[in-house]
Amino acid sequence: MAGAGLTIVRRIRSILGAGAVVETDRTGLPRVAPGTEEGVALVLRAAAADGWRVRIEGRGSWVPPDAPADLALTTRNLTKVPYLDPNDLVATAEAGIRLDDLRQALADRGTWLPADPPGASRSLGSVVATGTAGPLRGGFGNFRDHLLGVTIVTGDGRVVRPGGRVVKNVAGFDLTKLAAGSFGAFGVVTSVTLRLRGVPRADTTLVATGARDTLLNAAHSILQAGITPAALELLSPQAAQGDQWMLAVRLIGADAAVSAERDSVSGATQTALTELAAADASKLWRGLLAHAPPGSATLRLGALPSALDEALDLVAHHLPEGWLTVTIGAGVVRWSGDTTADRIKLLRHTAAQREMPLTLERATWQLRQLVGHFGAYREGVGRLVGALRRTFDPAGVLVTTVGDDM
Amino acid sequence: MMNTRRLPRVPAQALDAITAIVGPRWIRRAPSELDTYASDGLPTHRSRPAVVVLPGTCDQVARVVRILAHFGIPFVARGAGTGLSGGALAHEDAVLLVLTRLNRILEIDPENRRAVVEPGVVNARLTAAAARHGLHYAPDPSSQTACTIGGNVAENAGGPHCLKYGVTANHILELEVVLPDGSVTTLGSPYLEPWGPDLLGLFVGSEGMFGIATRITVRLTPTPKAVRTLLADFGSLRTAGEAVSAIITSGLVPAALEMMDRNCVAAVEASIYAAGYPTDAAAVLLVELDGLAEGAVATECEEIERLLREHGARGVRVATDERDRARLWQGRKKAFGALGRMSPDLVVQDAVVPRSALPNVLERIGVIAESFGLNVSNVFHAGDGNLHPNISFDRERPRELERVERGSAAIMQACIAAGGTITGEHGVGIDKLRYMPDVFDSETLGAMRAIRRVFDPEERANPVKVIPVHACREWLASPRTRHRAGAAAGAAGAAEAARAAGAAEAARAGAAAEAAATAGSSSSIVLDRPGSSGREGVE
Repeated sequence: MAGAGLTIVRRIRSILGAGAVVETDRTGLPRVAPGTEEGVALVLRAAAADGWRVRIEGRGSWVPPDAPADLALTTRNLTKVPYLDPNDLVATAEAGIRLDDLRQALADRGTWLPADPPGASRSLGSVVATGTAGPLRGGFGNFRDHLLGVTIVTGDGRVVRPGGRVVKNVAGFDLTKLAAGSFGAFGVVTSVTLRLRGVPRADTTLVATGARDTLLNAAHSILQAGITPAALELLSPQAAQGDQWMLAVRLIGADAAVSAERDSVSGATQTALTELAAADASKLWRGLLAHAPPGSATLRLGALPSALDEALDLVAHHLPEGWLTVTIGAGVVRWSGDTTADRIKLLRHTAAQREMPLTLERATWQLRQLVGHFGAYREGVGRLVGALRRTFDPAGVLVTTVGDDM
Repeated sequence: MMNTRRLPRVPAQALDAITAIVGPRWIRRAPSELDTYASDGLPTHRSRPAVVVLPGTCDQVARVVRILAHFGIPFVARGAGTGLSGGALAHEDAVLLVLTRLNRILEIDPENRRAVVEPGVVNARLTAAAARHGLHYAPDPSSQTACTIGGNVAENAGGPHCLKYGVTANHILELEVVLPDGSVTTLGSPYLEPWGPDLLGLFVGSEGMFGIATRITVRLTPTPKAVRTLLADFGSLRTAGEAVSAIITSGLVPAALEMMDRNCVAAVEASIYAAGYPTDAAAVLLVELDGLAEGAVATECEEIERLLREHGARGVRVATDERDRARLWQGRKKAFGALGRMSPDLVVQDAVVPRSALPNVLERIGVIAESFGLNVSNVFHAGDGNLHPNISFDRERPRELERVERGSAAIMQACIAAGGTITGEHGVGIDKLRYMPDVFDSETLGAMRAIRRVFDPEERANPVKVIPVHACREWLASPRTRHRAGAAAGAAGAAEAARAAGAAEAARAGAAAEAAATAGSSSSIVLDRPGSSGREGVE
């Protein structure tokens, strides 16, 4: 290990104790895996004092752990679920827990988190930091809508605890919302408190295949009828693993309600929808969401539901044909594949002129550095984001390419 | 640390500039006029502003704020003044910007289930306007026939139906915001995707301390086709609380789940809003279910009815028609008003507790009420655990105010001890400032203050609310942020002030000399401000 790296390792062992989990990655970079929130704070405090640049990692299965840094800090040893109350439908979980492990812990107590982000082996913190939502966003809201509170450790090691454990809370400013989906710009999320539901009683999926715009129109008809399905997802042929586009409609709730919804959905559109058997429905959603989508880059584009065809045309024009899903009710197109920074930047700027924000959810360091997770900000926004970053990370410890203005 | 060099009144030159922007008809200065704006929905806090300004357009708001920035004058934005935390109160050195003239619904976009409104649009009016499209605006605070969307955004307002549909933060898509330096920015995007880090989510509920939202894009929700409303009565608060828990854990999600205790029911039934609630009950629950189809909702209704009876309901009544339903709801929505008529003074809290703690906390509130000799009525959003203990009293009675304050504090501590928080929808304002250190440590309070200073480096937007400054751990503000904000204010505000000063001088030759003298002293204070305030950097 290089001299500087050795110094850092020694410093960390002196702070966290000889038992601290410190290793090196493939490139010889030191990596620390604190087992407590306090450990995370101590490391970042030292980093700020000593001028280290730190890259934050979860389990490395979404954003690749490739940003240049002096130290990598992983949350993978923060895996506890210190609080789970099935009567109050509230749980607190540490950020390093694998999503599937969290789901199991919740299910064991008869509870459920109505969120299905892609990538089952990701850490909870990765989902929170990147704001990646799955198809259930249409019916149940974005991931930030499930957060009652978080613990964030700032770039200089301060521990901040906004929110609380109750389902309604307006005390103080909503730092929880700021932390979610900001790609680690404001600190490391070490734990989150989640609002849960009971395990759904009925869960039905209907599908139709056909041409893109036919299916989009069918989806619009469903929404116009006043129905809000749990998921209303359009899949490109590649995402559907077939040769046609697919529309998947998922209905979740009490038996009678789901039954009524199913009738309403069928009545709302001419397009014929087939109800899948439970096993096939499971297979469809798992196939779509178990792993990160293919390709090295994943991005999402926001649009009005009525402008999704335009958004899809824009993507098709700028990016190679690939894996695409559309969460119609939430107005989001997600594309995944391999492409260049220039193409993404051009798409971002063209889209921005139509008031469609583009977020880079996942990419190699090279792409992230050139494109930034966010960009083409509205006037005045960049300044605010920059000032907030300096507030939370005055020493510039955290390595993250939040904006294209960096 | 307050800036002790702040001017005690609004300088004449500033007032002239503002008057030139909005027109003299829309300035209020007479004491009797100012009294109208000296309190909000809470009778216990009163504060008269220096002057009231009623801008008529978004552009006027921005221009007025630029003047205020130039002169370093604090300000408070106000909607209908129905708030319950003293958030819309301004001190005598501040300008109160009343936004009720900005009451236009700019666009309704039914295809995309959204609308664009000015901040002064009344909540219920927005729902009424969306009705013909089969849509409504879901967050429904009890004050919805008077309160404004802008106020709802500032407080992150809730209401009974937020149990199923979410609070204001879940229904705001985009905000055009005038920042305290007078610059204008847009947070969010036309629909649900954030545009950058979630500054929109951060702004909602910031109680007017980050700036003024002048254009608000909201989500509209399909109006349910089928609704059932039930009223159940119970022999004790405890059993009612247990019934609430049972409903929550059943997996069914009611549209609303409200509770009222005996005192509250008595007040409602004695008023013009009498809804036929059973006056011999210790508690009543109002449960509403909604959905797409009659049959499905009827089935859920049967299940809820069974659960209620299994958990101690003595009687369960299902509303027979829309009129009956409206009557049941009116009783609930006007409960606060009915209580307010019972005594000269009223204190209302807004704590939230875990639902499973409701039975114990309700019992504890009863014990506290008795030990302090207080008249407490409970009307609240049981489904969320959002309590509203109302304390009726008469401050003229000897030592009553003191007992109320101590009892109030005891109730709040009981809620916090049960794992709760201090405010679920009314906001902190001034009213709950003293409890903030009980729920947030000094590091977290320091972070909140530092964030506020990013938006408002000089802390002039709704000063002295929400964050108890003495309890914050210091976070250094970035010098670059300060200077940039100051420069922006200086350039735009100075230009506007100069134009107005010119006009005033032409109109009133005699006052010109005075205006010039005032301009001289005020501009020197503005120039001193960034360095001398003592609030930036380490204190």
